[in-house]
Amino acid sequence: MRLAEIRDTQRELHYFQLRLGVAGMIVVVAFAILFARFFYLQVIQHQYYDTKAEDNRISIVPLQPNRGLIVDRNGAVLARNYSAYTLELTLSKIADLEGTVDALAALVDIQPKDRRRFQRLREESKGLDNLPIRSRLTDEEVAKLAVNRYRFPGVDIKGRLFRQYPLGEVASHVVGYISRIDDHDIERIEEMDQSANYKGTDHTGKTGLEQSYERELHGTTGFEQVETDAAGRIVRGPAVRTLAPRTAPLPGNNLVLTLDIGLQEAVERAFGENRGALVAIEPATGGILAFVSKPGYDPNLFIDGIDPASWDALNNSPDRPLNNRALTGLYPPGSTFKPYMALAALELGARTPTQLIFDPGYFVLGSNRFRDFKAGGHGYVDMVKSIVLSCDTYYYMLANDLGIDNIARFMGEFGFGARTGIDVEGEAAGVLPSPEWKMKRFKTPEQQRWYAGETISIGIGQGYNAYTPLQLALAVATLANDGVMYRPHFVDYVENPKTGERSYVEPRAVKTIPLKGRNLEVIKLAMAGVNKEGTSAGSFAGASYTSAGKTGTAQVVALKQTEKYVESNVTESLRDHALFIAFAPVESPKIALAVLVENAGFGARAAAPIARKALDYYLLGKRADKPAQAARARGEDR
Amino acid sequence: MIRRLFERLTAGIDGPLFAIVGCVLALGLATLYSAAYQAPGRVSAQALNVLLALALMWVAARVPPHAFMRYALPAFVLVLLMLVGVALFGDVRNGARRWLPLGVGSVQPSELMKIAMPLMLARYFHRHEASLGFREYAVAMALLAVPTVMIARQPDLGTALLVAAAGFYVIFLAGLSWKFIAGGSAAALASLPILWGVLHDYQRRRFLTLLDPSSDPLGAGYHIIQSTIAVGSGGVTGKGWLAGTQTHLEFIPERATDFVFAVYSEEFGLIGNTLLLALYLALIMRGLMVAASAPTVFTRLLAGSITLTFFTYVVVNMGMVSGLLPVVGVPLPFISYGGTSLVTLFLGIGILMSIQRNRALVQI
Repeated sequence: MRLAEIRDTQRELHYFQLRLGVAGMIVVVAFAILFARFFYLQVIQHQYYDTKAEDNRISIVPLQPNRGLIVDRNGAVLARNYSAYTLELTLSKIADLEGTVDALAALVDIQPKDRRRFQRLREESKGLDNLPIRSRLTDEEVAKLAVNRYRFPGVDIKGRLFRQYPLGEVASHVVGYISRIDDHDIERIEEMDQSANYKGTDHTGKTGLEQSYERELHGTTGFEQVETDAAGRIVRGPAVRTLAPRTAPLPGNNLVLTLDIGLQEAVERAFGENRGALVAIEPATGGILAFVSKPGYDPNLFIDGIDPASWDALNNSPDRPLNNRALTGLYPPGSTFKPYMALAALELGARTPTQLIFDPGYFVLGSNRFRDFKAGGHGYVDMVKSIVLSCDTYYYMLANDLGIDNIARFMGEFGFGARTGIDVEGEAAGVLPSPEWKMKRFKTPEQQRWYAGETISIGIGQGYNAYTPLQLALAVATLANDGVMYRPHFVDYVENPKTGERSYVEPRAVKTIPLKGRNLEVIKLAMAGVNKEGTSAGSFAGASYTSAGKTGTAQVVALKQTEKYVESNVTESLRDHALFIAFAPVESPKIALAVLVENAGFGARAAAPIARKALDYYLLGKRADKPAQAARARGEDR
Repeated sequence: MIRRLFERLTAGIDGPLFAIVGCVLALGLATLYSAAYQAPGRVSAQALNVLLALALMWVAARVPPHAFMRYALPAFVLVLLMLVGVALFGDVRNGARRWLPLGVGSVQPSELMKIAMPLMLARYFHRHEASLGFREYAVAMALLAVPTVMIARQPDLGTALLVAAAGFYVIFLAGLSWKFIAGGSAAALASLPILWGVLHDYQRRRFLTLLDPSSDPLGAGYHIIQSTIAVGSGGVTGKGWLAGTQTHLEFIPERATDFVFAVYSEEFGLIGNTLLLALYLALIMRGLMVAASAPTVFTRLLAGSITLTFFTYVVVNMGMVSGLLPVVGVPLPFISYGGTSLVTLFLGIGILMSIQRNRALVQI
């Protein structure tokens, strides 16, 4: 009995030890699996996880380059940078945005305007997490926020460089502005393969030179490696491994313009409350001296997102201040077209300078009667007189004799109806009418047909003619330069701010129109006559330099030929546009310009005085401070 | 004289066990020093915990095994009542009801159950040694199931797992038939869908996250991803003590407690891991030797269960940190910060020492 019990106990012990052995095996197998796992992670996959750990720890912080300055030909600053603090919110880290903003408003001044602007920014930049609610914090505000920072996760004070346009509205259409990068810009940046360079940048040029010279102005972003903890804070703890050296940012290049900001200002002042445009070009280089589109706007408003009220005011204004009239506005040239018509006649042998044409006050083509603006006509008119007095009938006949194809071909040479290739974006092409153009423009055969009467209107710069003030200025500059056309450009040279190295925008002769010297002589003489004794003589009385000009009046609405245009009968927006082209001095032109004043009536009255002030300023260095005197032309306007 | 005193004091202490645990403890404190860089107070607090636990081990090592058997049932009943107390009046911390307030402080009865359970079951099988049948195993299963479910519902999946493991090892070592084990495993597999329904949302997420940590990189997957990166980036030699980037830049969550192994592994690499695995293996093998030479059914089962529970701790914790197993709150024995778990562990070591010391004294 006892023996059996002992044997039983022995058997049981054996059985227990067997089970222990099984358990021991399981332990060994499990440990082997763990070891295999460690081996896999730490040897086979080590590189992968090491990279992951480095990625965790090392953040690459982009170092934003200083944006290049924009200065005029005399060094006056049009766009610059200043450093200031902004209050930025990281949306993903803020649970209660409204509450946070309210709490912040207790510390710093946050206007309803700022809130609305912030709201707008949020809607416009969906992808962005980091948005400013207040910029230009005062030192006191920075101090208050710094003390309370722990209360506001996701709220940061950032020292940043800001763009500023010290002259405000002056030359706003030339300089343009930068604003926060939006989805569209991101696409553009990606297309240019510049994504890496824009890592730390949140602004980009949106219009004007800021846009077209973005690549020069932006500079090259630098990079710095920093060690960050899990919360994304930069730590300066025990440096575990050495970090890659810092790559310093390279500042953007400065733009030095051909623009004379004094001239620009003088012209803008001369416009007063009028809408319109003026483009002044140095004929021998194509350098833009003044580029005015009135009214302008304050580009500073756009930099950190424009507040809705200001935006509505600008966008809904009937004066359309955001339109760059000089670059994109299309206007019939009116009588400023006549010198080119006359030159075409000489070049093509359709007229001689002294050939007399009788003007009875109208021209009849088929059953249509085209009236001269002067009832009863000018009587016998030669070419010079036709320009000086702006005789319509002379050009009705001439247009009829030349035919539309000759006109279109000749005017095309002067750049009418073609983009000039100026160094800003968004230029309009305009319309140089011709039968081919009509074929393309219209759909039905009825509309596509060219009528002989249309050629007649085109002869005096009306009809389908539609050009930008820039094209008008380029044409007159080309004329002044004896047919050598230079590509118009704003930038004289691009300067590297560190090395001072300059790369000039070489004046590029686009073409040389083969014109006979004596023909040019006749036209220039006639245009000089316009300012001496013609339609704009009043505006140029007493000028100490010689100048050549031509007035023009562009119809906004086509009148029936039986109707008489009476300015006071027409609402302002339908009134004629006043135009003037000029260059001076006649012998060796230093400046050529085209002026357009919207709905201001006769060119001689509204546009010529502005041209006079521009020429005075540029040629004499004299500021024309007196308000424009209504310069009445002798005899008839036009 | 001094030598005599030393011998008296160390009389109950098993040399090999103590040496192994001492090594692990040293590694643990060094790792904790690195992990708790920002809070150096933790290391001294842990050292104090160690002293307390060592004292308890010393006491337990001097208590004869039959005394443990005598108090097994009252202890089990008491801890069970405490668990009921937790369910009724327990403190809620971090969304779980685990702590029982006891005036002076609060205890985690589930932790005590890790010892009470094998004590109880070992005693039960010892008593019914002569007549082991289906009924006995069924009763043992029931004794195991009740506290396990109660702990799992606190919820504390990690501790429930360890308690269940401790109990199961007793039953397994007591000779539960292989057929039953196979059948039970099959049944367990079949009941997985039911278990799935009982699990809390966060528990389910942990399992899903294990399958694809990248599905929720900032939420439930974050722990696994970051700890795996820590282990993998440690490489063969490790980044060096106090030089773990994942650790010191706070990418590893719970780096002083459940995820301390990530810290260790990052700083000491595969070499360190192998050393630690070897130490644990030695500890377990020594424990199994103690069990193998234990004189009674009670001591055998108890020693075997306690030893295999250490094994469970190690495998579950290391598996979790290295991304093999889901995230369950199981500490790394002798290394993770925390007084309660240290006390339980050293109590276990003390019991093993007591059994080892008394292996020849109580023969049948």
